[in-house]
Amino acid sequence: MDNLFGIHAAALKLRANRAELLAANIANADTPNFKARDIDFKQTLKLAAGKSGEMVTTNARHINSAGTSKMGAEIMYRTPTQPSLDGNTVDLQTERSAFLENSMMYQASLRFLNGRISGLMTAIRGEI
Amino acid sequence: MSLLNVFDIAGSAMSAQTVRMNVTASNMANMDAVSSSTGETYRARHPVFETVYSDFMRDDSISNGVRVAGIIESQAPLREEYRPEHPKADENGYIFYPNVNSIEEMTNMISASRTYQNNVEIINASKQMLLRTLSIGQ
Repeated sequence: MDNLFGIHAAALKLRANRAELLAANIANADTPNFKARDIDFKQTLKLAAGKSGEMVTTNARHINSAGTSKMGAEIMYRTPTQPSLDGNTVDLQTERSAFLENSMMYQASLRFLNGRISGLMTAIRGEI
Repeated sequence: MSLLNVFDIAGSAMSAQTVRMNVTASNMANMDAVSSSTGETYRARHPVFETVYSDFMRDDSISNGVRVAGIIESQAPLREEYRPEHPKADENGYIFYPNVNSIEEMTNMISASRTYQNNVEIINASKQMLLRTLSIGQ
């Protein structure tokens, strides 16, 4: 059953986490010394899907090469495009468009999942 | 559910920006409140924001909201004016105006309301995402 939904289940979870991260960036748009953060989605999804080109662990005592955060992703700081006097690196336009893109992709994943589910339902019912 | 955390984060930002709007309104309202000594004159106030770092050991949230760490009073010099006929003039005939800079306050107000709007839109977008998720498979 796990393979049924493919990569979309993992993608959905990551998209939701990224939405939270971006919302925090936007919330802290006026906080002095706040540094905007984001994840490398492609790399993180690769890790989450287990098809990583990275080092793999073959023993329980090996140390994972992936980031150690709760997200299973390496949270990185954004490179500021316009430095500001108060040390804040949030660029509201960048964050807004990233959030929009992220929520679009989230809905795309939902659409794929819905298609998969309705296909299954048709198969189960045996009707056309 | 990390999408539910978005509501907390954006909500914290909205309440912080509301404080900023309140302080700005108070500054604007007291702009012409003159007095007869430097001690009792109103001084412009500004909120200082800080990030709320969640407890990583206990909480499963990865990100952080914002709160008002405190409100500071502007140290800019007060504006004094020679008005001997004014009922609040001191013995030398001077009255003191608050150090509120109206242009600074206006830009603060615009910035606060824009950030507030941004957070409202984030909440709306997250709500859409959650509702779509709830209706999955239907």
